[in-house]
Amino acid sequence: MLFLDKEQQGLPYFLVVLRFMNNDRNRQIHEITGQLRLIWKEPILFLLILLIFYFLFTFVVFPIFQVVKNSVYIGGKWDFSNYVAIFSKRYFIQPFFNSIILGIYTATLGSIAGFIFAYALTRTSLPFKNFFRTTATFPIISPPFIVALAAILLFGRAGSFTPWVKSIIGNYSIYGLSGLVLVETIAYSPTAFLVLYGVLEAIDPSLEEASMDLGASWGKVFTTVTLPLATPGIASAWLLVFIQSMADFGNPMVISGNYRVLSVQAYLQITGMYDLPRGSTLAMLLLLPTITAFFLQKYWVSRKSYVTVTGKPTGATIKNLEWYIKLPIYSACIIYAGIVLLFYGTIVYGSFQTLWGVNPTLTLKNYVEMFEVGKDYLYHSVLLSSIATPVTGIVGIFISFLIIRKNFIGRGLMEFISMLTFAVPGTVVGIGYILAFNQKTVLMPVVLTGTAWIIIILLIFRDMPVGIRSGIAALQQIDPAIEEASTDLGADSNTTFRKITLPMIAPAFFSGLAFGFVKAMTAISAIIFVVSGRWNLITVAILGFVDNTQYARAAAMSIILIIIILVALGLIQLFVNRVGKGVRMTTIIE
Amino acid sequence: MIEAFLELKELVKIFGGGKDTVTAVNHVNLKVREGELVTLLGPSGCGKTTILRMVSGFELPTSGKIFIDQEDVTTTPPNKRPTAMVFQNYALFPHMTVAENIIYGPKIHGISNQAARKKAEDVMKLVGLEKLGNRSPSHLSGGQQQRVSLARSLIMEPKVLLLDEPLSNLDAKLRVSMRLEIRKLQQRVGITSIYVTHDQEEAMSLSDRVVILKDGVIQQIGTPLEVYARPDNRFVADFIGKANFLNTIVEDVTPDGDVTINLLEQKLIIPKAKKSFKKNNKAFLVLRPESIILEKKKPDTITGIIREIVFLGNQMTYMIEIAKQLVTVEMSNPQECESFENGEEVSIKLPVKCLHLLPWEEEE
Ligand SMILES: Nc1ncnc2c1ncn2[C@@H]1O[C@H](COP(=O)(O)OP(=O)(O)OP(=O)(O)O)[C@@H](O)[C@H]1O
Ligand SMILES: [Mg+2]
Repeated sequence: MLFLDKEQQGLPYFLVVLRFMNNDRNRQIHEITGQLRLIWKEPILFLLILLIFYFLFTFVVFPIFQVVKNSVYIGGKWDFSNYVAIFSKRYFIQPFFNSIILGIYTATLGSIAGFIFAYALTRTSLPFKNFFRTTATFPIISPPFIVALAAILLFGRAGSFTPWVKSIIGNYSIYGLSGLVLVETIAYSPTAFLVLYGVLEAIDPSLEEASMDLGASWGKVFTTVTLPLATPGIASAWLLVFIQSMADFGNPMVISGNYRVLSVQAYLQITGMYDLPRGSTLAMLLLLPTITAFFLQKYWVSRKSYVTVTGKPTGATIKNLEWYIKLPIYSACIIYAGIVLLFYGTIVYGSFQTLWGVNPTLTLKNYVEMFEVGKDYLYHSVLLSSIATPVTGIVGIFISFLIIRKNFIGRGLMEFISMLTFAVPGTVVGIGYILAFNQKTVLMPVVLTGTAWIIIILLIFRDMPVGIRSGIAALQQIDPAIEEASTDLGADSNTTFRKITLPMIAPAFFSGLAFGFVKAMTAISAIIFVVSGRWNLITVAILGFVDNTQYARAAAMSIILIIIILVALGLIQLFVNRVGKGVRMTTIIE
Repeated sequence: MIEAFLELKELVKIFGGGKDTVTAVNHVNLKVREGELVTLLGPSGCGKTTILRMVSGFELPTSGKIFIDQEDVTTTPPNKRPTAMVFQNYALFPHMTVAENIIYGPKIHGISNQAARKKAEDVMKLVGLEKLGNRSPSHLSGGQQQRVSLARSLIMEPKVLLLDEPLSNLDAKLRVSMRLEIRKLQQRVGITSIYVTHDQEEAMSLSDRVVILKDGVIQQIGTPLEVYARPDNRFVADFIGKANFLNTIVEDVTPDGDVTINLLEQKLIIPKAKKSFKKNNKAFLVLRPESIILEKKKPDTITGIIREIVFLGNQMTYMIEIAKQLVTVEMSNPQECESFENGEEVSIKLPVKCLHLLPWEEEE
């Protein structure tokens, strides 16, 4: 791992030409000597790169490797029987297809909902845009399975709407595929919305105007211009929601009933049956489609997107749409926003009820009890997230800095490993962590299982995508020329980073942190494997209450969690507003 | 009276409400003849684009009316108007080839693919795009993209062609050749056109008439020569070309409008002044730098002192102090002309045809 500053490649012009003409070997030698010189000149940077590689290998690659290994190395020898059995055993094939089907439904409905919202917000004069934008994105800042909890309160056995729905569609159960699709669509359509909002906003409105100017009606403009241009974005949104749905653990845990999905089955195999090989194989089945979808999204779909050809945009315009176009779009937005509000409102309402569906007397006792039982969880969640988030931010920004701005041997590898953290479902990571860290290894000479450290580390590396994304967004705010100017004035890369780069990227950095904190506070799918009696978190506790049908208490705890998150977001936002312009959520999510 | 093919009547556009109200277009009246090319010229933000967007139907006027070929189209939606717009950034559909871009309009109007393609071939030949039909717009040069955009509009055979700064994304050389091309094309096709630009040279070189706008208000409408030689006010004089303004006082006005002024004890008669003046009124004498002739000092002439000399190769620029005011004089072909020294007192000859008098305006 030798490295070479991009800035310091500034050889005299003739040398560049010479280098260009020389054969590859000469160039390699030149580069290696250049890099050796830089180790000498910037040893700290060199050590930091080594350290980051150590962390990435230990906490990203190694756990995944453990999952792979455990699925094929059983009882001390190679054994591929699990894989051979994939297509014959119901306990493999059924959850696999169930998860895929769930993913397809959720991705499709979520993308449609996200698209309608994004279209309404970017292309119409929908009133109260901020309200709708907030509603459409709100589920992002709550633990996803809160939606499932609300669904139970509304449509479950004792649900408030159950009798009414029954009178219309007859007997039904919210536990199962349709319930899952409903809650996951609500939970994950914000992702589609944010992606598509960015896409639709970026389509030059003059293209649509040109189409209309040439005689196209609204429908024609939509089908011949807007939709084709948004297609790569829609595919992107679809794949991202598909991944989230496949990887979702909380919602299926609460509401899947007899509908078996991979994440829950893997969890049950490992924590209930202690069947590591089978659990690992299920995790692998979960990993493969999500990784495939991720790389499709990353390399295929995003390549196909159209870059608008030319310069100065002609300021966005809001079209005077006909009422028969506005009516369905607005209605869809209002209905959808209504559903989101209904779900979260139910959580609020439910948190004040004595016993849901039985005794609707309003009470504060849930909150009182919740504090008695749950204050440790709450404290641990806040504490561990507060430790993990800044570390994520700093490591993330450093990695993105290295990847974008530096040139060193192993850079491609570093980029690839960091990308892995984007794509691997939490369940896989969680299983990987218990397999990797419940004993001493060369990489990690102490047992981490059962400590607070394993939770902190997991939170750090689960959030790494957020850290890196916000790092990249932050670095894009600055012109490399400014850094070069500083280096030119005699500062080494260290000083340049501290004195120039850091202050300029702080706002983007902190808004990235805000989102990282939210993700840490709401994490469940991986975390549930590494919590212990001593160190437990609020999301796991809420899930436990739901499992015990203590819905009111779970609701109270969820509300507290959301309030903490909102307060934290507010504080960070206040701070960011003070120092400058933050980053948009889209850049971090996609 | 102008036989109007396109007419804007008392057009007003007010954006926003409350505190940030902007009157982008303010009581604009304009009549455009069939086949005429009229340029809207003015500084940034003067409302040119807004007028164009009202004609094309993308903005509804706050008040006023728009007629095309006797028909009131004020509220007709853009897809039903007989106008076609060439966008500043071309707005070519990136997901279609050049040919697909061009036949987009005809196909929308239900013309068969074959007929549309045939028509497209003619139009592509007209604008010089043969052989590029299968390319993607992103693989074309700026000038070629411009042509595609033109072709896409022309194939619609619109009654009015609207061009919003169509050349502003091209480099300077290409801009000059493209504007000649657009002009030739427009004359060949004989299409009524409104052309928006903030480049006065562009406006002068290709228009039948120029409309000069400021803050949404028309300052002057006239042929390029008219607005250059006889601007209606100080803004127009300043905006079009370079102008010197000399403060003077009106000495005498004859009944048929000849105005006598006094400049450094020399009487100057401006025959048939465009505006009406009264005796003893303050006024501006507008002098174009190239219309002033310098000579070696002679008695009984207007004189000035040379304060600065700049040699630009093809021309010599002198800053001359006349009656305590600085005046710029440009002499072309400096090798031929007499040359003068800094500080030298010179005689100044003002050809009567080039004199233009404007009523006094307080400086802003
Ligand atoms: N949609 C809008 N909402 C509010 N104000 C607008 C809108 N469109 C234009 N304006 C304002 O109207 C005025 C005229 O704008 P317009 O775009 O017509 O200017 P322009 O002459 O085309 O300028 P430029 O040369 O910069 O293109 C400006 O002050 C502008 O800010
Ligand atoms: Mg404009």
